[in-house]
Amino acid sequence: MSLLSQIPVLPIVIPLVAAPLAILLPNGRAPWAWATFVAWATFACCIALLMSVLANGTISYELGDWAPPLGIEYRIDLANAIVLTLVSGIASAVIPFAYESVRQEVDLRQTSNFYGALLICMTGLLGVTITGDAFNVFVFLEISSLATYGLIALGARADRRALTASFNYLVMGTIGATFFVIGVGLLYQATGTLNMADLHERLSGQDNRVVQAGFAFILVGVGLKLAMFPMHLWMPNAYAYAPSAVSAFIAATATKVAVYVLIRFLYTVFGLDFAFLQSAFTYVLLPLGVIGMFGASIVAVFQDDVKRMLAYSSVGQIGYILLGLSLGTQDGLAASLVHVVNHGLMKGALFMSVACVVYRLGSHQSGAFEGLARRMPFTAGAFIVAGLSLVGVPLTVGFISKWYLLSAAFDSGNAWIAFLIVASSLVAVVYVGRIIELMLLRPVPETGPYSDNVKDAPLSMLIPMWVLVIANVYFGLRIDFTGGLAEKAAAALTMAGAGS
Amino acid sequence: MLEFIIDRYNYWIFIILMMMGLYIVISRGNLVKKIIGLNVFQTSVFIFYISIGKVTGGTAPILLGGYGGGHGDDHGADHGAGHSVADKAYDADHGDGASHAGEHGESLHDGLGVNPVDVGSVAASATDDADKVVNDLHHVNRPANETLSAPADKPGFDTHKDPADHAEAAVGYGADSAHAVTEILYSNPLPHVLILTAIVVGVATTSVGLALAVRIREAYGTIEEDELEADDNIAEFGSETEAAK
Repeated sequence: MSLLSQIPVLPIVIPLVAAPLAILLPNGRAPWAWATFVAWATFACCIALLMSVLANGTISYELGDWAPPLGIEYRIDLANAIVLTLVSGIASAVIPFAYESVRQEVDLRQTSNFYGALLICMTGLLGVTITGDAFNVFVFLEISSLATYGLIALGARADRRALTASFNYLVMGTIGATFFVIGVGLLYQATGTLNMADLHERLSGQDNRVVQAGFAFILVGVGLKLAMFPMHLWMPNAYAYAPSAVSAFIAATATKVAVYVLIRFLYTVFGLDFAFLQSAFTYVLLPLGVIGMFGASIVAVFQDDVKRMLAYSSVGQIGYILLGLSLGTQDGLAASLVHVVNHGLMKGALFMSVACVVYRLGSHQSGAFEGLARRMPFTAGAFIVAGLSLVGVPLTVGFISKWYLLSAAFDSGNAWIAFLIVASSLVAVVYVGRIIELMLLRPVPETGPYSDNVKDAPLSMLIPMWVLVIANVYFGLRIDFTGGLAEKAAAALTMAGAGS
Repeated sequence: MLEFIIDRYNYWIFIILMMMGLYIVISRGNLVKKIIGLNVFQTSVFIFYISIGKVTGGTAPILLGGYGGGHGDDHGADHGAGHSVADKAYDADHGDGASHAGEHGESLHDGLGVNPVDVGSVAASATDDADKVVNDLHHVNRPANETLSAPADKPGFDTHKDPADHAEAAVGYGADSAHAVTEILYSNPLPHVLILTAIVVGVATTSVGLALAVRIREAYGTIEEDELEADDNIAEFGSETEAAK
């Protein structure tokens, strides 16, 4: 039993064990340094896993040496290796970044708890991604969600609305998770197994009401967690009033992981030959994706609060992901996976730049962004690059996503979908452009709440933020990383889904 | 029809409780009541899980003292029993348990189950499979028989899959394994274990929710949703006045 063979379980064990230790540490710098170290160690493990999956194919790890159909299995293929790397990567950028931001926004006495909760949240997200057991998904989903409720509520020091936002998220998130459990229960009733690979084998050929009801419950439950269009109401407030660093972390990871769960269930558990799936694609995911793309993006245009605007934009971006999924083709799936990663990168960078503005000016209202390019050029620059990426300008990752989505839409013979994607990108131009205009063209306010003479954000915030921004550009140029990996992952998923 | 409904009264309890819980969450403005409604909603799911784990006539999934005695001395006492329970846990209750049972015994050795084939052919090969299992590892022969016998005992609970097919399969198996019917029948312990986990999650959620309600009360002086909204002036799309800040 060498340590090397235990690597698949380390991304869960390291942060899970580290979180209580973080809570025991004295408040202040120590828990932050510990959390940073833990996040980096986890990131290293995830990269090692990704490399190993690339080299040797799917890894199956049996927890406690119990053989898979009975015991819990961690099953890492390319799709979840990518998401694992994304989550731990965002964590290892956000946690170093968080120090200054948290020092200002969170009570000093709560810092240990803050980093502890952040690590638990990360554990949950990684666990959801890595596990091959349907019930285990629920447990990890709730681990991460419970930590997130606490983290969002910590924003109450700056704005008490964080409490109600967190409460609403708790109610909706719990309903979503419970729906998911009911769905898993129905599947268990129909098959007698919880292992995803085993579920797929036993479900193939079954098309009765128990399975259909299970499918519907899972779709709605996960839909609530990933803020699928009509079920996104918890999201804008939760993102807007959470502490800035928390917004950056959960916006970049939590919904992406929920999307991953959806992909995993649609493709691996139910599989493309599940008859119900095509109608779910055509009549549920496709229309909801399109409405989300437009509806939420248009709402985003009218937001005064930049964090709320970004949250609505997230709902719109999830619309793109669902749209890619609903095409039901391998290219569409690849496009969705690419966008999951890319959207994580750009939303992370955007929320971090907003956090810098909050750090200096104490507000995330759009007024605070006036003349920002003159006052905080690096922060404004980060927002502009990441914002352009959100729109989908060439040389950024956003362009890659749009490119994949468009070609998948054309290949599936639905040119009108491609048209809708371009049209909704124009809406994104409006809401991103509005803020960019404020930053570049408006003068620095002379009077009013935002007239303080401020410097740019401290280096400890600028460096992690620019790491993400540069990742946005770098992966926009090196398509083989995100695009190539996602294509392979999609191929593997559809192969498995077709029950070959 | 009436019998059909009454036979499944536990599922009706689940559905009614679930709807009551959801209704409380949606309709009540008081945050504490919302949390309690949420709890009722979650609890209903526990009942659902426990229902699907129940095998008619089955006893609690706890090893009884004389378990190893009745079946023969060749059972390695603890080891064999452990196997039996785990194996049975896995298969005992699922709807078409019968059609999988034979294969499943085999799949324990092969690592992967065989694709479910149509019921008839499974019935034909079931005894072969069972024999093979016995030869491979004779600890398992007991659970294999037991699992096969389970559906014969509880036709009322096999609500899914095609009932006609299923009844046929159950009868077939019942005949094959009639000798095993008298042995101790356990309920499926796996849902119980799952629900223990879910109860922990539910308690955690309830306590976090109530803690939030306390904090909201401290910050706003009320836990009525209408008053909170009035306080914050939150319209659904954006807040109209920022005076609250």
